[in-house]
Amino acid sequence: MNRAAWIALGLFALVPLLGVGDYYLHLAITIMLWSFVYTSWSLMGRFGLVSFGHGAFLGIGAYITTMLWNHYGVTPWIGIPLALLLAVAVAVLIGYPCFRFRITGHYFALVTLALTEVVRMVIVALRDFTGGSLGVTPDIALAGGKSFSLVAIQFAHKEVFFYIALAFWLFGLYVWRRIDRSMMRYAMEAISQEEDASESVGINVTRTKLIITMISAALTALGGALYGQYQLYINPDTVSGVALSLQIVFAVIAGGMFVQLGPTVGAAFTLLLAEGLRVAVGHEVHGLDSTIYGLMLVLFIIYMPNGILGKVLEARARNTGAAGAVKA
Amino acid sequence: MEIFDIFLLETVLNGLLFGGVLALLALGLNLVFGVIDVVWICYAELVMIGMYAVYFLYTVHHVPLLIAFVIGIATVSLSGVALHYFIIRPVLASEPINQLLVTGGMLFFLQAAATLAFGVQFRNLGLALPSVRLGEIMLPQSRIYAAGTALVAMLGLALFLKKTYLGTAIRAISQDRAIMPLMGVNPSRIYLITSAIGGGLAGLAACLLVLQYDVHPAIGLTFGPITFMICVLGGLGNMLGGFIAAFIFAQLISIGGFFFHIEWGYVMAFVFFIVMMFIRPQGLLGRKS
Repeated sequence: MNRAAWIALGLFALVPLLGVGDYYLHLAITIMLWSFVYTSWSLMGRFGLVSFGHGAFLGIGAYITTMLWNHYGVTPWIGIPLALLLAVAVAVLIGYPCFRFRITGHYFALVTLALTEVVRMVIVALRDFTGGSLGVTPDIALAGGKSFSLVAIQFAHKEVFFYIALAFWLFGLYVWRRIDRSMMRYAMEAISQEEDASESVGINVTRTKLIITMISAALTALGGALYGQYQLYINPDTVSGVALSLQIVFAVIAGGMFVQLGPTVGAAFTLLLAEGLRVAVGHEVHGLDSTIYGLMLVLFIIYMPNGILGKVLEARARNTGAAGAVKA
Repeated sequence: MEIFDIFLLETVLNGLLFGGVLALLALGLNLVFGVIDVVWICYAELVMIGMYAVYFLYTVHHVPLLIAFVIGIATVSLSGVALHYFIIRPVLASEPINQLLVTGGMLFFLQAAATLAFGVQFRNLGLALPSVRLGEIMLPQSRIYAAGTALVAMLGLALFLKKTYLGTAIRAISQDRAIMPLMGVNPSRIYLITSAIGGGLAGLAACLLVLQYDVHPAIGLTFGPITFMICVLGGLGNMLGGFIAAFIFAQLISIGGFFFHIEWGYVMAFVFFIVMMFIRPQGLLGRKS
């Protein structure tokens, strides 16, 4: 990162101290949490492993954490790692056969689509335990005017969560960068071009894909758990299922699948579009933001498959004459 | 114990009829995939368009039901053509995943546009077709029609593909899309015709669904995923496989719902799908490529 980026980040970290109000803090937190999830998805997506099933991992992260806390009093400090373990186990259970039997492209997308529906249906079906489609609220540990509970990871003030979300967002970007700079990136790029040829030059295709899937699943589950801790309300439709899984895919495409900050731009763009239109046209008109968003998505995929940020960087690279700055 | 068995039999029969509904849904998607090699992720949203069309024609404009059906089918057929011409054609040459994504974007768009235009209310025709009684067993008439229509539509499609020149050209394109232009078949024209037929079949499914289910903007999410899975399970593009897969799915859902709860039926069906993908990734009747 260059100096300007560090300064911008430093200024951004000061935002909560300026007393901007809960609404703007909420927007910032939501954008950062979803950016973290979207970045986790893009770890796979940028290599052509397009999963339509990340709702499954998000749902596992959110529900396991909350269920352990509500029913067994297990603190999220233990619950979250357990949820992550389960998400990774599910990722292996699905990923290993997929990669072993060379299920790729839209077949992979459809298998993962089935997975996310399985998770959503199981949450709904276990309604006596999970609250079903009505959703569930983690037991509140902030009784008697307590402003925070470390055991429950619940905070009454949004400022605290701002820094938590900021930390995880940066962590997601750090993981992205680490993978980008590793041999795994070259292996994955080779695999996404031609699996047999990659195998022939000594890349263990199944293992490489599996590792990246496990990392992506774990981070997505972590995002789900954080979402639950922040919103203090989860619901099978908002943390799992087809709609959410597609939301993840499309926000990343809108922002730019192949660049580090693409998913972040996607998250900011989609949330600000929804909020902006809501403020502009009011609550009564349902679906306007999604209509515009859907239309833009279609146009994006046809005319600028690299997304908003991808396009911007591309144009800048062309202007400054920098060669090969952006992957096509 | 005797009553239990009657109910189980009713469940199985109902599952059989539900299988007909699913088979009809899968037919159009399967055709389009087999020929154009594109999965219309927004297929169930096309069905939704048809359901809204029939609903408004019948309840608001008081068009006779059968004429409403015909207009509904034509509407969806045209939507299919428009979808292909404006949305899919520009990305046909790019990576396959882009074709999946672009129709996924259409899913969002159509769902949201329906919310914007019609609101989130559940609407139904207000027509209650009676149930047919077989001894102690009650079977909804609308499902019998749906299953019967599915059978007829499938046979009709098979005959069309086998017996007509156009059908032969469609099958030829699906086997080798590079060589057919040299044989004097214009692929873009065949693609448009296929999209029209695929859309028409979606419209037909819409007519039969609107008799049984309320239409609302999110109805596509109820039927979409299961329709793709049926097509994949049968071997994408394989009509007969899709037909069989539809009945397997319907039985799993029906019987699972009978013994446990309807969601467990779906869980069983989806888990079955995932496991089958590993055992027979080419589908039940698909050939290994």
